[in-house]
Amino acid sequence: MTAMTLALLAPGDRAVVRGIQAEEDFARRLMELGLTPGTEVALVRRAPFGDPLELVVRGSHFTLRRSEAERIHVEEL
Amino acid sequence: MSKSSERIAIVGSPNSGKSSLFNRLTGLRQKVANYPGVTVEKKVGQCRLPSGRDLVLVDLPGTYSLSPRSPDEAIVRDVLEGRGAAGETADRVVAVVDATNLERQLYLALQILATGRPAILVLNLIDAAEAQGISIDVAQMERLLGVPVLAVSAKTGRGIDRLRVALDAPHANGHRRALEEALDPARGYRNVEEIVRRVVRRTPGRSGARAGLDRVLTHRVLGPVLFVLFMGAVFQSIYAWATPAMDALAAGFGALAGAVQAALPAGPLRSLLVDGVIAGAGTVAAFLPQLAILFFFIALMEDTGYMARAAFIMDRVMGAVGLPGRAFLPLLSSFACAIPGIMATRTIENRNDRLATIMIAPLMTCSARLPVYALLIGAFIPDRHVLGILSLRGLTLLSLYLFGILVALAVAWVLKRTLLRGPRPLYVMELPPYRVPSWRSVLLTIKNRCLLFLQKAGTVIVAVSLVLWFLASYPTSKPGTPPGEALRHSFAGQLGRAIEPVIRPLGFDWKMGVGLISSVAAREVMISTMATVYSLDGSGDPSTSLRRTLPRVRDERTGLPSYTPLVAISLMVFFALACQCMSTVAVARRETNS
Repeated sequence: MTAMTLALLAPGDRAVVRGIQAEEDFARRLMELGLTPGTEVALVRRAPFGDPLELVVRGSHFTLRRSEAERIHVEEL
Repeated sequence: MSKSSERIAIVGSPNSGKSSLFNRLTGLRQKVANYPGVTVEKKVGQCRLPSGRDLVLVDLPGTYSLSPRSPDEAIVRDVLEGRGAAGETADRVVAVVDATNLERQLYLALQILATGRPAILVLNLIDAAEAQGISIDVAQMERLLGVPVLAVSAKTGRGIDRLRVALDAPHANGHRRALEEALDPARGYRNVEEIVRRVVRRTPGRSGARAGLDRVLTHRVLGPVLFVLFMGAVFQSIYAWATPAMDALAAGFGALAGAVQAALPAGPLRSLLVDGVIAGAGTVAAFLPQLAILFFFIALMEDTGYMARAAFIMDRVMGAVGLPGRAFLPLLSSFACAIPGIMATRTIENRNDRLATIMIAPLMTCSARLPVYALLIGAFIPDRHVLGILSLRGLTLLSLYLFGILVALAVAWVLKRTLLRGPRPLYVMELPPYRVPSWRSVLLTIKNRCLLFLQKAGTVIVAVSLVLWFLASYPTSKPGTPPGEALRHSFAGQLGRAIEPVIRPLGFDWKMGVGLISSVAAREVMISTMATVYSLDGSGDPSTSLRRTLPRVRDERTGLPSYTPLVAISLMVFFALACQCMSTVAVARRETNS
């Protein structure tokens, strides 16, 4: 598996979720928000001070801290 | 509310518009309380049905899933499973989803239906969905899900009458489905995708205002600038708009006290009513204008969707001391008064973050400290300039503000690493679409918050006022004793002497101790108490005469001046740090349920 993570995307990039590397509770929480493997995500922007990130998942906009996005493996589209 | 009424729970995720649906169905017939033992809010209201029957509606906390991890989710799950969480039960469920975002919102709805509770599915925000070119086949959805489905707009009222009819109809029993499957994210979302594919048709519609507004409001430079301007406006309004209302309330209570004074003969009863009850009620009422204004802005920010953007912008900055972006507004408000600030921490979801914010809010320099600072600075800090332009007095005041902030940040930093340590909560926050606020729900929020404050904190504040009145009035002195002499012999005076050994190292004598005890009622009360202690005549502004008197006061034993600039600074630092304001303590206690 490549080391590509959600945190490395640039604003405007789209990718597909491949897996979440985290303890079960954390991973489950993200999946409940729709970040299940195979789902398409897009990075919209970074916050003015660089963190957190704004994502679009299944039509919803979310913010996620960079440290959290680093644990979501993706494949760029 | 009668026990026999049918109870209906409203369940949905945080941005489904379920609270506006609740407001629409109940109108003013609602009240807010806390679930016992947890800081989760419980809203209960009544809804009149076409048949004339009344329903009890319970607005359960917003949640993204029924797998219980947070206290909010556990309550929702328990109510739906029929376990009756914290005294709450529901005969039926109204599952609310945002029709503009079915794919994410149906995930929770399918879990709700799978519990087997009799349910109605409400597609809220249907007009927004249509405007975006989303059309939903409601009949097909009913066939697939096996429950009544209604498209409504809580904001405009569209479809609400049909929802009332549906609530009036006898309900079929639901049947428990594969809840485990619905709770599994991968399988749950696969089912959702299948349903969405069969009921949703998309045609090009106008996209919302989101993209354009976000480009400006969360812009790298403009975003923070606009945020600071907006916060400045909020803060300024709390100060500026609240003052006339607070003055009017004070005048009203003053007139009431005057009327009672005139109507009753002098004696313990008159003293109790005027100096105890009316003074205490006046203290409570004085907070209402600031509370109402702050909650007006908070409701506005939440309703429009700007609150989430503000948190997005500030998260990195507040993160430096381990607090979330949402802690910013409560802390800012605390510069006006810690009471509304602490009540505003309800917008922080994580418990530890919320507790840390409540603990440091009283360290922000509130407006009640200002009269005390002004008096002491005016009396003891020389009116000189340093570096030619900076006023020493202004610098002292500024230092006190900065001192409070720095101590607060340090305390937050330490708390988050010790007592309130814990896994940093997963920070996922939805950035909801921008919406035009509903004035109805903004006003309801203000009303509910003010009522909650009166019920929970107001009663405590009045009770403590009565205790303080008693301490200052008993044991009584002979009629004709000067007020200062009487106060010395009262319990408050004795208490001041009793704590003198403790406060002596700070440079305070027992008279200041009496002042400190009285400042428990409200910090600025210290000034009028000091005026009494030093037996000033009641004429003129106590602050002005105290400013002249204090430097001349001599210690009874040593004959040296009681107040030196150092003692004044010590007293101000004490005011900056000590959480002696009873109202703050009362609210913090209620808000933390501790």
